[in-house]
Amino acid sequence: MDWLTTVDHKKIGILYLIAGGFFFGIGGIEAILIRLQLIKPMNDFVSAQVFNELITMHGTTMIFLGVMPVIFALMNAVIPLQIGARDVAFPFLNSLGFWTFLFGGVLLNLSWVMGGAPDAGWTAYTPLSSSTYSDSHGVDFYTIGLQIAGLGTLIGGINFLVTIITMRAPGMSYMRMPMFTWASFITSAMILFAFPAITVGLVLLSFDRILDANFFDVAAGGSPVLWQHIFWIFGHPEVYILILPAFGIISDVIPTFSRKRLFGYSSMVFATILIAFLGFMVWAHHMFTTGLGPVANALFSIATMLIAVPTGIKIFNWLFTMWGGQISFPTANLFAVGFIPTFVMGGVTGVMLASAPADYQYHDTYFVVAHFHYVIVGGLVFGLLSGLHYWWPKMFGRMLSEPIGKWTFWTFAIGFHLTFFVQHFLGLLGMQRRIVSYLPNQNFDTLNLISTIGALLMGVGILLFLYNIIITSKKPKNAKADPWEDGRTLEWSIPSPPPEYNFKQTPLVRGIDALWKEKMSGNKGMTPAEPVGSIHMPSPSILPFIMSLGLFIAGLGFMFSREGFNNSFMSFIFNNYLVLIVGLLITFGAMITRSLIDDPGYHIEPEDQEEEEKA
Amino acid sequence: MMKRWQALKRLLPLLAMFSLLLSGCGREDLSVLNPQGPVAEGQLGLITISISIMALVVVVVFVIAAYVLIKFRRKPGQNEVPVQVEGNHKLEIIWTAIPLLLVIVLAVPTIQKVFAYGEDKWNEEGVLQVEVTGHQFWWEFSYPQYDITTAQELLMPVDREVALRLRTADVLHSFWVPSLAGKTDTNPDGSINHMSLSTGNPGTYIGKCAELCGQSHGYMEFRVKAVEAEQFDAWVEAFKAPAVLPEDSQLAEKFRTNCLSCHAVGDQGGFLGPNLTGIGSRETIAGILLNDINGAKGSSPVKDNLVQWLSEPQEVKPGNTMPDPKELGFSDEEIEQIADYLANYKLDY
Ligand code: HEM
Ligand SMILES: [Cu+2]
Repeated sequence: MDWLTTVDHKKIGILYLIAGGFFFGIGGIEAILIRLQLIKPMNDFVSAQVFNELITMHGTTMIFLGVMPVIFALMNAVIPLQIGARDVAFPFLNSLGFWTFLFGGVLLNLSWVMGGAPDAGWTAYTPLSSSTYSDSHGVDFYTIGLQIAGLGTLIGGINFLVTIITMRAPGMSYMRMPMFTWASFITSAMILFAFPAITVGLVLLSFDRILDANFFDVAAGGSPVLWQHIFWIFGHPEVYILILPAFGIISDVIPTFSRKRLFGYSSMVFATILIAFLGFMVWAHHMFTTGLGPVANALFSIATMLIAVPTGIKIFNWLFTMWGGQISFPTANLFAVGFIPTFVMGGVTGVMLASAPADYQYHDTYFVVAHFHYVIVGGLVFGLLSGLHYWWPKMFGRMLSEPIGKWTFWTFAIGFHLTFFVQHFLGLLGMQRRIVSYLPNQNFDTLNLISTIGALLMGVGILLFLYNIIITSKKPKNAKADPWEDGRTLEWSIPSPPPEYNFKQTPLVRGIDALWKEKMSGNKGMTPAEPVGSIHMPSPSILPFIMSLGLFIAGLGFMFSREGFNNSFMSFIFNNYLVLIVGLLITFGAMITRSLIDDPGYHIEPEDQEEEEKA
Repeated sequence: MMKRWQALKRLLPLLAMFSLLLSGCGREDLSVLNPQGPVAEGQLGLITISISIMALVVVVVFVIAAYVLIKFRRKPGQNEVPVQVEGNHKLEIIWTAIPLLLVIVLAVPTIQKVFAYGEDKWNEEGVLQVEVTGHQFWWEFSYPQYDITTAQELLMPVDREVALRLRTADVLHSFWVPSLAGKTDTNPDGSINHMSLSTGNPGTYIGKCAELCGQSHGYMEFRVKAVEAEQFDAWVEAFKAPAVLPEDSQLAEKFRTNCLSCHAVGDQGGFLGPNLTGIGSRETIAGILLNDINGAKGSSPVKDNLVQWLSEPQEVKPGNTMPDPKELGFSDEEIEQIADYLANYKLDY
């Protein structure tokens, strides 16, 4: 119950982690099933329809429900600590964001048991995703589930923006913020601009499907290419929304384990901003083969290639952070160091794809599948695993086992390269993507077999990580405040896990890597910026849960509003929009309750702070 | 400086090996790396340039990374604090400038080729015009200059530029013949895309649909067959000959009412399904059942493939729109007969 009502950012971070881990598991199982189907030519392990549902749900789940929440988990767990804040700016909204995300994700996955999952690919290109060509409710689950989940993401993004702008400790100027906070800040800004685009697209598509609107229907004057633009104006920045936090993690982990400050901090900040900006300018590189014409293709080619420049800056800055340092290799750093070459390989194939005439050959083949998995898995997932190993003691007060961690790294990394490296060649040899099967003797057989073996090995890596978590959770909570001993940023100046209010006294920040700076001047910890006093905390609330539940019910109601049930009661409540209305009433009711009830929160007095410290 | 040259010298064989590996790799009728026409060759050229540049970048990063990781690992008992370097403007400018340079090197040929391949050659003199229409899950090719419409197999003369106009009858598809040219989408009516290709080498090239278009997207293959000019003319001639129908008049009638409502043979029939004229001399049935005309591995006699298709079209291509002949009232025996008739419906060219 505690967990349903919590508004504490650290607990919400853990909720995000559990939910994200759960969906990541589902997406992973889907990936394994896809790979098992492709293990040999003309395999009939799954049917063509199920295969299309698997690839659609795998992509959608991984992007929206698997890695996004794990990123949010780390942001929640770490940002307030890194900037010396007691909480996020809007704790209530934070909780609302989590619950809408979770209910949206659950709604989407219910499609597996409620008559067919979406089957038009995670990009849901029309007309394939229109009700004419996809007549199960699958795509409705997609549009509505993602709208609800996307709401959560948008709320989260806004919350982090405001938190970082307004809640930094005294002395924590923008140019002293840790890179993870910087990256999250920019990511949040991108969310603010990108998610409204997909929301608009999803609303239009669901209107097309459920209310017979004609936004994308050619016969009625609509345009399917419009969907592609809307989707990618969101979709491309989304990739950067995913990768920037990973950049941030790497930029925090590498200095810690090299015992050196980040090389070229200001150029890192600048590069991050530039990547975000360019990220919005290049969406049409997903559409080179759509027939936009040579001028558009040329411009988008060049704009895309330019992203290599700030990315290159980052790579070399990381390498030179390590140069002259003293590098140690706990699992967190293994993943961070493994990230660099892997991500570089994903990055260079990105530049190759940017050359439009060459992309006419790569597009929609396994070359692309290899490329984006190098970026998303080799980049982001490596980054997240690094971050999780790094901040685990801070989040849970327990150190993950290092030997198992090393096994996790090696199995995952080797499995990863086995799976995806060969796919570059599959693409160049002529294997298009999203195909349920392939004829033998096209030189695809062996490479696909290798790829599947690799995927299984990656699965083993993830299972090892889970095992590590389980045995760790049985150990005593004895992690030190600064368990890596070379912690540089503020989160390592407070106990692990932190008390409810994070900082008993808000710290005074005197430079980049605030804690390291104090250590170097011979201080034991941060200098406080305020006297010990009573700390104000927000009260827990069940309302976010109820609001999201209402949206979930309304979503189901809307989706089935035209369904012909063979049960007259069901027809009555759905076809008359009763379910939709009840759902919305629940949500609005909870909103009204929230506005009418004046909740002053509560205070933790200095005596209680002492208690907590001892406990 | 000397040292850098030395490093380059060591890289050169690597690059050479790489390009060798790349060309001459994969089936020549299918692989991007084994181009058979000028467009695919140009594209492979770009791919080679970009792979070489990128391999260079990767190698440089790997070398630096390996050096750093080995040289600067923390040794036991090492406790003094390393110098906290803030940055280095000169270095940072260098690694801003180098990627910029590399990008320019790649950008120039990219732009040249974007415009070269973007040209619409439809109205140029001497080209063979072909209108391509994607259907769930088959391809229609029509030749306005010859008033011919065929399916699944695009016949073209060697050494003649083929200008294509692409559209779709339903959802998005993407027309791709890896060894001849990169892909172009077929957008629903209204926006017609164009591309062109040609080859000097007679042969059959495998084409694929590259845009998810439904259940049998993976089975939406087709062939591009390049033949000598005289053969092409002979094919046109033969194609326009009056339709041949089954000899058995009862069977012919059944074929006419049930099959020709969608399909066409010669001058008879409808346009909803693939044109069947001369299907006996095609290399595949339904795009993916290989006929053993060229002795391809895993192939079967045309007739067996036809029987397989006619007995269970949904098994071969799930989700396709052809009605099951058995449900139309064909017995196994009649299916056998129809298959026999179609297998022997060959065009002489
Ligand atoms: C266990 C590791 C993974 C394996 C073995 C794997 C494998 C695959 C395979 C085989 C496909 C289908 C390719 C196709 O025919 O289109 C695919 C598609 C995709 N994957 Fe993964 N994947 C993995 C992890 C991930 C992760 C972590 C993400 C993102 C966070 C991701 C994102 C995607 C996306 C967006 C697609 C495209 C789906 C679509 O075509 O609609 N994958 N993956
Ligand atoms: Cu297709």
